[in-house]
Amino acid sequence: MPEQLLFAMEVILNGLMAGVLYSLVALGFVLIFKASGIFNYAQGVMALFAALTLVGIMEGQVPFSHLINAVFGTNIHEFGWQVPAVLAIILTIAVMVLLAIAVERFVLKHLVNQPEIILFMATIGLAFILEGFGDLMWGSEIKILDVGLPQGVSDIVETTTFGWFGYGFFIDKLDMVAAVIAVLLVILLTIFFKYTKQGRALRAVADDHQAALSVGISLRFIWVLVWSIAGIVALVAGMMWGAKSGVQFSLSLIALKALPVLILGGFTSIPGAIIGGLIIGVGEKLFEFSIGPLIGGATENWFAYVLALLFLVFRPQGLFGEKIIERV
Amino acid sequence: MNALTPQAYTTADGREIGDILMEIKNITLRFGGVVAIEDISFDIQQGEIRAIIGPNGAGKSSMLNVISGFYVPQDGKVWFRGAKRPAMRPYKVAQQGIARTFQNIALFEGMSVLDNVMTGRLTHMKTGIWSQALWQGRAKTEEFENREKVERIIDFLEIQSIRKTPVARLPYGLKKRVELARALAAEPKLLLLDEPMAGMNVEEKEDMSRFILDVNDEFGTTICLIEHDMGVVMDLSDRVVVMDYGRKIGDGTPDEVRNNQAVIDAYLGVSHD
Repeated sequence: MPEQLLFAMEVILNGLMAGVLYSLVALGFVLIFKASGIFNYAQGVMALFAALTLVGIMEGQVPFSHLINAVFGTNIHEFGWQVPAVLAIILTIAVMVLLAIAVERFVLKHLVNQPEIILFMATIGLAFILEGFGDLMWGSEIKILDVGLPQGVSDIVETTTFGWFGYGFFIDKLDMVAAVIAVLLVILLTIFFKYTKQGRALRAVADDHQAALSVGISLRFIWVLVWSIAGIVALVAGMMWGAKSGVQFSLSLIALKALPVLILGGFTSIPGAIIGGLIIGVGEKLFEFSIGPLIGGATENWFAYVLALLFLVFRPQGLFGEKIIERV
Repeated sequence: MNALTPQAYTTADGREIGDILMEIKNITLRFGGVVAIEDISFDIQQGEIRAIIGPNGAGKSSMLNVISGFYVPQDGKVWFRGAKRPAMRPYKVAQQGIARTFQNIALFEGMSVLDNVMTGRLTHMKTGIWSQALWQGRAKTEEFENREKVERIIDFLEIQSIRKTPVARLPYGLKKRVELARALAAEPKLLLLDEPMAGMNVEEKEDMSRFILDVNDEFGTTICLIEHDMGVVMDLSDRVVVMDYGRKIGDGTPDEVRNNQAVIDAYLGVSHD
C-alpha cells in the first residue's frame, strides 16, 4: 500500500479516537436535553468539576482549604492520605448525585413550566456558579490526574500494523480506553432507556410533563435521576480529558466542541451523539491533513463549526434527531 | 367515617351501584380573586358513570383538576376510599389509582401507541432497575403480565392496527382513544375523563360513547366525566352534577336534572338542542 494511504488511515483512526472524547461530552448534553428539553450549558463545567473532585479526593486535598485558612488563619491543605482510584471514583459519583439533588432543589423545582430559554439561562448561571465553586473547593492550579489509565503510544498496535503493512500506526492507549468506555456507556444507557421502568418514565417526562404526572411519574425524581446520570457521564468525560491534558479550567471549554457534535447528531439521539462526535473527530483530522497545508493549517479550530453550519442549513434536526414537523 | 350513607341503587340496565368511592366535601378553589369553584360537595359511587356538566367556564375542568391533584383547593377535602386525602401531588394521586385523560390530549407524541399505553402500567411495575435492565427473573414475568393486560386493552379499544405507529401521526379521534387506553392500562379505581368527546364528529362521538359504556360494563371501572354535549351526557351517565359559575346547581339522575328549573335556566334554556 502506498505510504500516503496508510498515513491517511492513521489520521482517520486518530480522528475516531479524538471523536470519542467529543462524543462523551456530547452524551451528557443529550441525556439532559432528552429528559427535560433543557440545553445544559453547564455540562462542560460539570465535567471539570467532576475531574477536580476526583483529583482532590484522590490526593487527599482538604476541600475549601483556602477559604478555611483565610477565615481561621490556619494552614491546612491536605489530609495527608491517598485515596485509591476506585474508591475516589465512587465518592465522586456520590458528589455528582448530591449536585443533581441540589440543582433540582434550588433551580429546576422553581422553574417548572417556564420557557426553555429561561431554563437555558439558568444553566448558564449554574455553569458560572459551579466553576467558581470548583475553584473555591479545590483551588485553581492545574492538576495531574492519574487514575491508572494506560498512557502513551500503544506498542502492540504499532508492531502489529508494522508487521502487516510495513508501517507502524501511532495510536494513543488512553484514546483506546476511552473508546471502549464510550461503547460500554452507550450500551448501558441504551438498555436503561429502552428496557427499564425508569427509562420509560424518563422518555415520558421528556415528551409531556402533564401526561407524565397523570400516569404517576414524579418529575422531581426523574430530574434528579437524569442529572445524576449526566453527572456520571461528565465524570467519565472529565476523567478522560483530564488524564490526557491535565485537569484545568480550560476543560470546561471542550463543551463548546460538543455543540457542533450535537448539531450533527441531533440533540435527542444517543447514537447520534456518538456518531456525530466520530464524524467531527475524523473530519477535522482529515481536513487538517489534506486541505490544511494548502490554506495555512490550524483548521481544527473552526472546521467543526463550519460543518455544523452546513448541517443547520440542510438538515437542522441532525442525522438522528427527531424530525421537526411544524403543523399549522 | 362518612356522614352520608351510600344510597345503593340499580341502574336502568340492571347494574348494582354500591359504596361511595369518592366524596368531594366543600371544595373551594380560587385563582387570585377569581372563584373557580365555590363550596361544592358531591360523591362518586363505586361502579357508576358520574358526569359533571355545565356551561363554559363553570369550573368543571377545575373540579377534575382538584380530584386528580393538579390543583390544590383553598378549602375543603377530597375523601377517597373512606379516607381523607391530604394535599398530594398529581403523580401520587395517580399512584393511588386515579387515572385521567386531558381535554387537550396529553400523550407522549414521540412514542408508539404501544409504548404510550405501557406507560400507563408504570405504577404497577415493582421490580428493581437491575433485574429490568438484565431482563431476568421477576422483571421478565412482570413485563409479560403487563404486556398481556395492555394488549387486552388495545384489543378492547380496537386500536390493534396502529399499535406501532408513533402517536404524533394519528388523527385527533384516535389520539383520544389512545389516551383512554393509557388511562385504562393503569387499571384505575377511578377514571377521570376531561371532555372525552370534545372536537369529535358524530361518528367518533358514538364510538367513544360506546367505549365508555363498555369500559364501565366490562371492567367495572368507576368513571367521572366532564362533557359539553348534553345529549351524550344524558345517554351515558348514571348521575349528573350540574355546575354554573363555580356553584353546584343540580345533582341527580339525568331525568331529575333535566326537570330541575335552575338547570333549565342556566343551561338547557340556552341549549340549541
